Amino acid sequence: MTIDLNSNLLTLDYLTEQEKIAIDHELQIMETREACSIEALKIVQLQRGWISDDSLHAIAAYLRIPSADLEGVATFYNLIYRQPVGKYVIHICNSISCHLCGYDAVVSAIKNYLAIEYGQTTSDGMFTLLSNACLGACDQAPVMMIDNQLYQSLTPQNVVDILQTLQAADNKGVGR
Amino acid sequence: MTPLTHPLTHLVDVNNPLNFKGYCQQKGYAAAKKVLFEYTPAEALDTVKSSGLKGRGGAGFPTGMKWSFLPEFEEDDPRAKEPKYLICNADEMEPGTFKDRLLLEGVPHQLIESMIIAGYIIGATRAYIFLRGEYHLAAKRIQQAIDEAYQASWLGNDIQQSGYSLELHLHTSAGRYICGEETALINALEGKRATPRAKPPFPQVAGLFGKPTIVNNVETLSNLPHIFAHGVEWFQQHAPESDAGTKIYGACGRIKIPGLWELPMGVSIGRLLNDHAGGMCEGLALKGLLPGGASTDFLLPEHLDVAMDYDSIAKAGSRLGTGGLIVLDDKNCPVAMVKNIMQFFAQESCGWCTPCRDGTPWALEILTRIEQGKGTLTDIDELYRLCDFMWIGKTHCALAPGAVEPLRSALNYFTDDFIQHIEEHCCPYQQRGHHG
Repeated sequence: MTIDLNSNLLTLDYLTEQEKIAIDHELQIMETREACSIEALKIVQLQRGWISDDSLHAIAAYLRIPSADLEGVATFYNLIYRQPVGKYVIHICNSISCHLCGYDAVVSAIKNYLAIEYGQTTSDGMFTLLSNACLGACDQAPVMMIDNQLYQSLTPQNVVDILQTLQAADNKGVGR
Repeated sequence: MTPLTHPLTHLVDVNNPLNFKGYCQQKGYAAAKKVLFEYTPAEALDTVKSSGLKGRGGAGFPTGMKWSFLPEFEEDDPRAKEPKYLICNADEMEPGTFKDRLLLEGVPHQLIESMIIAGYIIGATRAYIFLRGEYHLAAKRIQQAIDEAYQASWLGNDIQQSGYSLELHLHTSAGRYICGEETALINALEGKRATPRAKPPFPQVAGLFGKPTIVNNVETLSNLPHIFAHGVEWFQQHAPESDAGTKIYGACGRIKIPGLWELPMGVSIGRLLNDHAGGMCEGLALKGLLPGGASTDFLLPEHLDVAMDYDSIAKAGSRLGTGGLIVLDDKNCPVAMVKNIMQFFAQESCGWCTPCRDGTPWALEILTRIEQGKGTLTDIDELYRLCDFMWIGKTHCALAPGAVEPLRSALNYFTDDFIQHIEEHCCPYQQRGHHG
């Protein structure tokens, strides 16, 4: 889809009612429209999986801020994706306590099993592998987060089991 | 565990936290009621000042003093009518730190009660909890608690008919370590890139949306109901003279019982490590430790008697930071550990100032080279030079100096390890098969 940036109407139509209602709710809470930019990016990403250029322009127009400013914000924060991601995004903690407790072997097991490197998505579009700064569960290291779920005390074996369980659930048509 | 010995954590239940009713049955919101009805804001501020409470987010600045830097205006001054903001810094992201998550997930109403007290004292009309994006469970529970508090008239207009009103909102971040720096946090809350601001002006004078703002850590705020419930004298009993209160200490690494413990301020490192964390895992010995998160200087086994309070840790050459021990064992490579930490800081640098933006990846490159056995002896000099280049006064904020602390102390304490990597052209720890 190409966007005519001179047409506000087209840009504003891009967002769904659901997205606009959620963003409007934030606009009531925050003092300025710009202050909703991070929340708006998260709202649209929740619906669409990632922030495309079209989404970025549409959000910027809705918040009445320059797209370039919003691009600066979108690329600054780790949890905003500016590229398509898989159905499940694996955030594996690569910070110090996980490092001390066997992160290397766990991440190797994931990479081997899924045949992807950091930043890549499996060819079936199921998994994207990303590193994450300290997940704040250092007493249960190594840990990872998939969607909103934290997985603790990982080993090269149980991490593969977790991925297989997600794959099996998906094959049965049990969605998220 | 009693409210008197474990004020912060005695009500913590991470599996099934108290709802509003349950929290009230445990004398919850009684302290807030006392403050709203029996104290003027000025009297309550005096209590916080004399309690000796210091910030638990890492810097250890006296909380009452921080609040007293808010400007005071005459009643007819139009600025007196401008809003003031209270922000709770719940962007816990210091590697090796997980204490605030316990309070956020385990006793959410305690934080809300604390924010009502703090808000009343500083005269805030709006407050935000700035929560890191990865803490999904905490977000759910805090939001639930906020909703309950609004319903029970503990938030919103005219709280419990006291005449004081406070709007409280939860903001979840999109993930960046630098958001923990208070001026960067304010920029993030304004919907901008989280680049720290130049100080002065300090947030107390010109903070969120240019208005007077106070930013406090979760654990710091959580002390307030207990100070007012049990008194200043009780609060000071927990700690040596220069400090006050309890502290939530943590420990992680290859130790028997990693975890969190609320203890009187000033417990010794050795007691924390051996009595509470159960000591090192089988077959491992202690090589060193970071006492308060990734951005603190290494300490050694010879420092086990040092008390975990702000002054004692500083005298030993490090910082109490967040009070979370990161324990290095003798079979993990110290060079690899420092490399991992430097990688974190290089990734999380906001890129605003040159020493940090260029210095952290540069140090990472050298550390990677040394760890792979491709380093030279001049690399060690270069690392020392970078430590100086990124030190306090040469950078825009405290991120790069925080990266220097573990690096420089490792260079000093583990010199032999660095040299061995260079002279043997490999990592001796990997060579011995003990790595990881």
